[in-house]
Amino acid sequence: MNNQFIKCLAPLALAAWAGMAAAQDNNINVAIQLEPPNLDPTGGAAQAIDSVLYSNVFEGLTRFLANGAVTAGLAKDWDISDDGLTYTFHLRDGVSFHDGTAMDADDVKFSLDRARAEDSTNAQKGLFADIADVSVVDPTTVVVTLSRPNGNFLFNMAWGDAVIVAPESIGDIASNPIGTGAFKFSDWVQGDRIELVRNPDYWGDKALLDAATFRFISDPTAAFAAVMAEDVDAFVGFPAPENLAQFSSDTRFQVLVGNTEGETILAMNNGLAPFDNVLVRQAVALAINRQEIIDGAMFGLGTPIGTHFAPHNPAYKDLLALSPHDPERAKALLAEAGYPDGFTTTLKLPPPSYARRGGEIIAAQLRDVGITAEITNLEWAQWLEEVFRGKDYGLTIVSHTEPMDIGIYANPDYYFQYGDPEFAAIMDRLNAETDPTKRQLLLQDAQTKIAEDYVNGYLFELAVATVAKRELNGLWLNQPTAAVDLTAVHWAR
Amino acid sequence: MIRYSLHRALSLILSLLVASVVIFTVIEVIPGDTAAFMLGVNARPDTIAALRAELGLDQGGFARYLTWVTGMLQGDFGQSYTYRTPVAELIADRIWVSLPLALYALFLAVVIAFPAGLYAASRRGRLGDISVMGATQIGVAIPNFWFAMLMVLVFAIHLRWVSAGGFPGWDQGLGAGIKALTLPAISLALPQAAILTRVLRSSLLDMLGEDFMRTARAKGLSRRQSLWRHALRNALIPVLTIIGLQFAFLIAGGIVIEQVFFLPGLGRLIFQAISARDLIVVESVVMLLVFLIIVVNFIIDIAYAAIDPRLRARA
Repeated sequence: MNNQFIKCLAPLALAAWAGMAAAQDNNINVAIQLEPPNLDPTGGAAQAIDSVLYSNVFEGLTRFLANGAVTAGLAKDWDISDDGLTYTFHLRDGVSFHDGTAMDADDVKFSLDRARAEDSTNAQKGLFADIADVSVVDPTTVVVTLSRPNGNFLFNMAWGDAVIVAPESIGDIASNPIGTGAFKFSDWVQGDRIELVRNPDYWGDKALLDAATFRFISDPTAAFAAVMAEDVDAFVGFPAPENLAQFSSDTRFQVLVGNTEGETILAMNNGLAPFDNVLVRQAVALAINRQEIIDGAMFGLGTPIGTHFAPHNPAYKDLLALSPHDPERAKALLAEAGYPDGFTTTLKLPPPSYARRGGEIIAAQLRDVGITAEITNLEWAQWLEEVFRGKDYGLTIVSHTEPMDIGIYANPDYYFQYGDPEFAAIMDRLNAETDPTKRQLLLQDAQTKIAEDYVNGYLFELAVATVAKRELNGLWLNQPTAAVDLTAVHWAR
Repeated sequence: MIRYSLHRALSLILSLLVASVVIFTVIEVIPGDTAAFMLGVNARPDTIAALRAELGLDQGGFARYLTWVTGMLQGDFGQSYTYRTPVAELIADRIWVSLPLALYALFLAVVIAFPAGLYAASRRGRLGDISVMGATQIGVAIPNFWFAMLMVLVFAIHLRWVSAGGFPGWDQGLGAGIKALTLPAISLALPQAAILTRVLRSSLLDMLGEDFMRTARAKGLSRRQSLWRHALRNALIPVLTIIGLQFAFLIAGGIVIEQVFFLPGLGRLIFQAISARDLIVVESVVMLLVFLIIVVNFIIDIAYAAIDPRLRARA
């Protein structure tokens, strides 16, 4: 055989081999920051559990779409009684769990009863609080009776904490999750990766990828290196916003910047002087320059908000005009409230960079109107104990990441201690209302009420940045709930 | 030798006992309720109480300490709060990354330091010595995590020889495992190699001035022969001490390097456990590290005696 021939053949063989490799390689390596502590979405608050499993492995009666809308999940449709107390769910036929057992009405009853049980450790037990009874009519029909009307019920059932699980596999759900989703759990090498494979028996549109591997990288420098070295195909929730410009200008990558459900607020202790005075709260709100905080703490990522509501939600009302940056008026308001020389308070900051970096900027802005904010940095557990439960604080910065959580303002015992009866009345009307248009109006009334009462300083909606290979399609832009839904993700090559 | 070893063993047990009390107390006094932390801001008080009971956190501190220590004596480190699996299993998985990494790094450090130290000592004051000392000065000064990032930039991002991090697992083959640990091991090893080189060199130079070295030269051994046969063995005591300390540093120093290379080792486990408030994991892993370090020191103490017969007699 002459050398010339081999020289011609080698590139061909190489090309064929490369082509084969590419054809076989219909999977994805996706990185998120934190590793789930366990794989039970119904037993803990860790968002990373939902990031890996929501929609991929586990499904609920209803589900969130990428735009935050709620749509049918394992229930194909439902009837709601006129008094809003009885929900009859019609389940899809022929749905089976990954272990081959059928998903039926008994599993739904088991899941809901388990979540609301006395000894339940469901982190969102409140979602199920209004359920009075769950009864099985036939294998595909479940009737849920509520103790009081709850217009949010279908929305609540879409949460990751409300997914349907089976009594047969609940024992080791924490390490071997068995759901109904388009991907099956395959392997978890703790500390390194979780592997999912396509579920060939999925009831709906089958996943387009053969397999997916989740990696966990929290260090910003390591995250940058992993994406640049193409160890990962996508990084959802990229931890270093300062690197995004570099990725945007690199032809290998695309950068998606979307919204989360995280309303980032400068919370004020409404139960503590001087923040019990609405003039003082208004002064604080006017002292804040939102854009400066977004640019300085978040590298420009984030949408300013004027109330406690996600701006991408159809019911959002733009109330930014109620609290423009106006230090002069803030000073006048402080004088009117009896603090012409300002006052001193505490600013307690949890670990995320929006709080730590944002806190420095806010302290400087408050100083301009005469308010001295003494910064204390806290770990999360301390923050929960001191600020959230102990209410021992003047100001704090935190992002409220639960979707549609404006209802927290009706609780007088919540850490910002607002609990205005008028607001609570709006919430009661909202819960009793099932008409979408009227609900929207009530939600807007609620937004206006808290913005006019200057309960908190409303800063911005937390953004989420995803860096991915350019040929990757179908990733979620926004995060209506913590999820890396891979069911529609595919390679365009 | 036996009395000496028994003496060391007793002090080992006492050290472990004291360490267990200190670790438990320090970690328990950190404010913050584990159950409340795990369930987040929307949790109801009854849910938190239910979780506290499930995790055994409703018992008193002393009772939990006793359960922990007696469990550890039987090899049971308890159940992780967040992972809900036995801590012993978590540790068993992770130690197969951390221990090989530390040994690999130590091996590299020794392999670099011994020739370099011997070379520098034999060329005292000349260009070779000055170059080696200059290089070690740089080695000591460079922080290992920074050096690690630099290597990732060169070998993973630009040259694409290796991944930027992660560990495929030993079941993917010895080669794949070693490849994944090479950059981390080099970044851990270089500063240690630099320190070791300096210690070995100065220790050898101290020996060169001793009477027995003059005798060795006088009886006709060459400079190199006397260095190898007589000076090196005597110079080993301080070097061994440093190696012992370094092993401790390499195991604990892995915490930072394992973050940089996102390796699933003990360091990353402890880091995650601290941020997740999984106190039982933190306590047990720290205890294990203390145990490893004390055992290594014990071995070094015994090794002193093997190298230096006088120590046996003294004890």
